[in-house]
Amino acid sequence: MKTLVLADHDNQTLKDATLAVVTAAAKLGDVHVLVAGSNCEAVANQAAQVAGVSLVLLAEDAAYEHELAENVAPLIVNLMGDRDAFLAPSTSTGKNVAPRVAALLDVMQISDILSVESDDTFTRPIYAGNAIATVQSSDAKKVITVRGTAFAKAEKTGGSAQVEKIGTTGDAGLSSFVGAELSKSERPELTSAKIIVSGGRALQNGENFHALIEPLADKLKAAVGASRAAVDAGYVPNDYQVGQTGKIVAPEVYIAVGISGAIQHLAGMKDSKTIIAINKDEDAPIFQVADIGLVGDLFKLVPELTEKLPG
Amino acid sequence: MKILVPVKRVIDYNVKPRVKADGTGVDLANVKMSMNPFDEIAVEEAIRLKEKGAATEIVAVSVGPAKAQETLRTALAMGADRAILIQTDDEVEPLAVAKLLAKVAEEEQPGLVILGKQAIDDDSNQTGQMLAALMNRPQGTFASKVEVSGDTVNVTREVDGGLETITLKTPAIITTDLRLNEPRYASLPNIMKAKSKPLATKAPADYGVDTAARLKTLKVVEPAKRSAGVKVADVDELITKLTSLGVVA
Repeated sequence: MKTLVLADHDNQTLKDATLAVVTAAAKLGDVHVLVAGSNCEAVANQAAQVAGVSLVLLAEDAAYEHELAENVAPLIVNLMGDRDAFLAPSTSTGKNVAPRVAALLDVMQISDILSVESDDTFTRPIYAGNAIATVQSSDAKKVITVRGTAFAKAEKTGGSAQVEKIGTTGDAGLSSFVGAELSKSERPELTSAKIIVSGGRALQNGENFHALIEPLADKLKAAVGASRAAVDAGYVPNDYQVGQTGKIVAPEVYIAVGISGAIQHLAGMKDSKTIIAINKDEDAPIFQVADIGLVGDLFKLVPELTEKLPG
Repeated sequence: MKILVPVKRVIDYNVKPRVKADGTGVDLANVKMSMNPFDEIAVEEAIRLKEKGAATEIVAVSVGPAKAQETLRTALAMGADRAILIQTDDEVEPLAVAKLLAKVAEEEQPGLVILGKQAIDDDSNQTGQMLAALMNRPQGTFASKVEVSGDTVNVTREVDGGLETITLKTPAIITTDLRLNEPRYASLPNIMKAKSKPLATKAPADYGVDTAARLKTLKVVEPAKRSAGVKVADVDELITKLTSLGVVA
């Protein structure tokens, strides 16, 4: 079986999300990676080094710079003639492009897979992760998005794939990019961080969030996350949100501070290896999933914890 | 400009779903059902565009069982003008829903189709993108801001690193993210009025769409349970635990 993986990148660096997709694709067969972008040869060279990749296809066109689905999907469809599966990460890029590809190929997409059971059978979460479905596809070609936290990341080095430049399909003329406002952060990226410190509504305002959560995160070299309540209340931007509708994370350690643990939030973090909860309400649902719980006032406990941590 | 708003009847978002003991699915008998939360946001956005004068008519459409009428009446009570129910008791996958919606759009010729970004039952996040592909129209997914001007629409999208804005030529397909708006509640007089608004009932066969499933669900199980945790008494004990986990040197 030949597979095609869509590389997630920013035209300079291959994003880690792609590495987990390579692992999933390798379970199905030969892994080809598509790097579509503008002036992105560096990304193709990085992809060629990834262990398990046998071919990198490089499609450079100004029309691909921002991965607009209208422009990228026809390119992918053209490449699917002799390939059997298309896999993309469950990132905002993958989720935007893959269903468009699936419909153009007239196949049902399998979203956000957790495991590959066989060439046509996969598991995926439904109902905010409250149930795991095993599904078998009857389509000739598979279109799949992959949950990054469910697969080990392929090694970034050790591979020596050939990079092949391919023709482009140009601009579909349906959409154009205007601009982006990206959050700037020195901290590790949320979806790939080993440790995450997350804050909820109990922090009361943005000042408290910055004053309490961020110093703790910095001391632990952790990424900062938030519940939907904290995002909706404007304490932090919405790309911090962990949950069914935000990011899905599975770090080594997830520290939930002042988060009650609604099912939509748990959907985004309950696969973390160790969950630590700090909450004053000892009946909060978060304690049902927490490995280590500390009941008490976060305004007292968090500064004390930050202070006493070495380093 | 006409706006088409697809809505889905799903398990209420506050209900904790229970997996059936025989592993065939999630138990939906006697469970509270509601409009998918992202679809409420889609209806609200359509109404706001109409209130601003950017839209003239709002048509709500749903694919589902007879009870999906209730979901459509909710959309009508919020402010939609008329509704179409494509009635079927089968579970219809996003690809087939997109094909049905493409046929409805062919008939209705909407300037915008606004959908929720995902349904909270199957968590697929596909239908809007598939509809856009089938209609060969641009897509503005995960929208947190929508501005119509002339024959283009600017959509600000929630992406992994922050926000990005794109311009789409209308007709276009938009899918809503949570922060697009705060949906209104239907008032009692509007709920009463909604009962007399037109609601057409159709079948998938009327549109010539084959809704046979491409994916077969072999089994549905509960996720692995986490083992019970421990409570620590104070910060010092927590730090000891963190040290034993190797988080703290």
